[in-house]
Amino acid sequence: MDPVNKITSRTVILPLEDVDTDQIIPARFLRTTVREGIGENLFADWRYEKDGSQREDFFLNQPSAQGAEILVAGRNFGCGSSREHAPWALLDQGFRAVISTEIADIFSNNSLKNGLLPVIVDSQTHKWLLNNPNVELTLDVKNKQLTLPDGKIVSFPIENFSRYCLLTGVDQLGFLMEHAEVISEFEAQSR
Amino acid sequence: MPGKSLFDKVWDMHIVAPETEDTPAILYIDLHLVHEVTSPQAFNSLRTGGLTIRRPDLTLATMDHSTPTVPISSLQELKVISEPEAFEQIIQMEKNCEDFGLELRGLNSDERGIVHVIGPELGATQPGKTIVCGDSHTSTHGALGALAFGIGTTEVCHVLATQCLLQRKPKTFAINLIGQLQPGVTAKDIILAIIGEIGVDGGTGHAIEYRGEAASRLSIEERMTICNMAIEGGARTGMFAPDDTTFEYIAGRPLAPSDTAWDTALDNWRLLPSCDDAQFDKEATLNVSELKPMITFGTNPGMVIPVDGAIPTPSATDTGFAKALDYMQLEAGKPLAGTPVDIVFIGSCTNSRLSDLRAAASLLKGRKVADGVRALVVPGSAQVKRDAEAENLPAVFQAAGAEWREPGCSMCLAMNGDFVPAGKLAVSTSNRNFEGRQGKGARTVLASPLTAAASAINGVVSDPRPFI
Repeated sequence: MDPVNKITSRTVILPLEDVDTDQIIPARFLRTTVREGIGENLFADWRYEKDGSQREDFFLNQPSAQGAEILVAGRNFGCGSSREHAPWALLDQGFRAVISTEIADIFSNNSLKNGLLPVIVDSQTHKWLLNNPNVELTLDVKNKQLTLPDGKIVSFPIENFSRYCLLTGVDQLGFLMEHAEVISEFEAQSR
Repeated sequence: MPGKSLFDKVWDMHIVAPETEDTPAILYIDLHLVHEVTSPQAFNSLRTGGLTIRRPDLTLATMDHSTPTVPISSLQELKVISEPEAFEQIIQMEKNCEDFGLELRGLNSDERGIVHVIGPELGATQPGKTIVCGDSHTSTHGALGALAFGIGTTEVCHVLATQCLLQRKPKTFAINLIGQLQPGVTAKDIILAIIGEIGVDGGTGHAIEYRGEAASRLSIEERMTICNMAIEGGARTGMFAPDDTTFEYIAGRPLAPSDTAWDTALDNWRLLPSCDDAQFDKEATLNVSELKPMITFGTNPGMVIPVDGAIPTPSATDTGFAKALDYMQLEAGKPLAGTPVDIVFIGSCTNSRLSDLRAAASLLKGRKVADGVRALVVPGSAQVKRDAEAENLPAVFQAAGAEWREPGCSMCLAMNGDFVPAGKLAVSTSNRNFEGRQGKGARTVLASPLTAAASAINGVVSDPRPFI
């Protein structure tokens, strides 16, 4: 994983609440055995017409969405299935952060492990972001801060270890592997 | 200091290294369930890193999601029947298990089935164990007093390589079940009512313990249905305290402890229930006496009404609600019962066990599935299939005009050849009514096996109680 510190980008808006991971990537696209190349299936059932052409009214297909790396989503984004394909698809499409008032547990965990930043903000900030699409924000992982276009700073929570891993690009598996001896001791004791 | 809850006890017993401000706890995993859809990239990571599986003996592998539910007698036949990606995934799973020395309950195994059906059935799921799987419905195993939760593929790799996970401790949520279920009302109706009450994010960040007099009266299979859908309320997991019902269920199963090991296990398991003075971060109570059969009308499991109720009217600003009704082609203020049904699906990790099939068969016996309705009954495992056959249930289903299939996830998630065509309405005993979950454009009404069977007979969404 590449280190993630500051993300400066325009936002795009998906104001719907309770967007589940079946919408982010439908199950039929989980029959892949690799991580790469699944961005084109992101929001597939909302994004494409029956004939495979792009639906013009869907946010991802609008010119303003091109190059935007921050998705502002409605409350409880990423609920449902544990499929890690959901953050993989968002990352593959070019997203680097998701902002909401609430993000589902497993999706949030999966995102952090892949360098997609889940950002929880207060409802006032969230409302402003939903009402003002295509604004440029800066997300600062080190200082746990979001900077709005007028310079106002909003802090957001991020678990310490995940923050450390994002900043350094450290692989969490490496950290676990370093504990092999302690794990062996635990196994010996509980036998 | 208050006493510990069931969750606290199981959590504490599995701490390899404690949580600090800067690092999560290292939690030991007693049982890792692996299936073909969420594991291929994890096996690839093992290969890239030159790693092996730390504890193949604590890893149980099967195939369920992308496997077809029509009989398959050869690889060639599988290739013809499956879509190429699904076939590829099945072949890859066989290779991954072979390369890494895992026993696979594969297509030819008489122990295969939906991962959350076979774990308990084999006796691998036990009280006090930590159990994970790359599948959000892993919470099912909490029915036996295990701490069981779904993980992503990166974490699947972590567990394969180290048998451990990095975890922050969730909060606890007690849901008290009081009263007595009325005839025709089931465990599925309890969990749908709970999700309707707390909302699809009501459990976020929490581990649920279902407790109370009505909880202890439930069978293990009923408890599994309720734990299965904890995630649909946003919770990390759901658990029931182990009791004599639990111990009776486990005794004698192939992977259950036996002889003196059984006695020791039993002594330990009896210590697991929450202390009387245990405190929970959150509590809710449901009186199940007042419950009616429940059905969903929208596009998430929290959009639920009693079967004789009307679809609520949303506030003008609730665009999600309006979008859901538009997708479902339903009208606010109108009843859902009486709506024509195209497909009835009885199966999935929520409701595919013997007691579910018996319930459906009790209504379908001597009756017919309505003209124009396709009804599909899919047992959760090869064992459930054999048990059902021993009771002649397939004959009941077939005489009624329903299809009897091979075990698997089937029509729950439209990735194995079974799906609901666009625009068609399915009454389904599965767990998710999300847009497109059962097929692109499919409209799903979640319900109990009894409600599903009643709807199959009448050809419209129906209350099962007149049949009881």
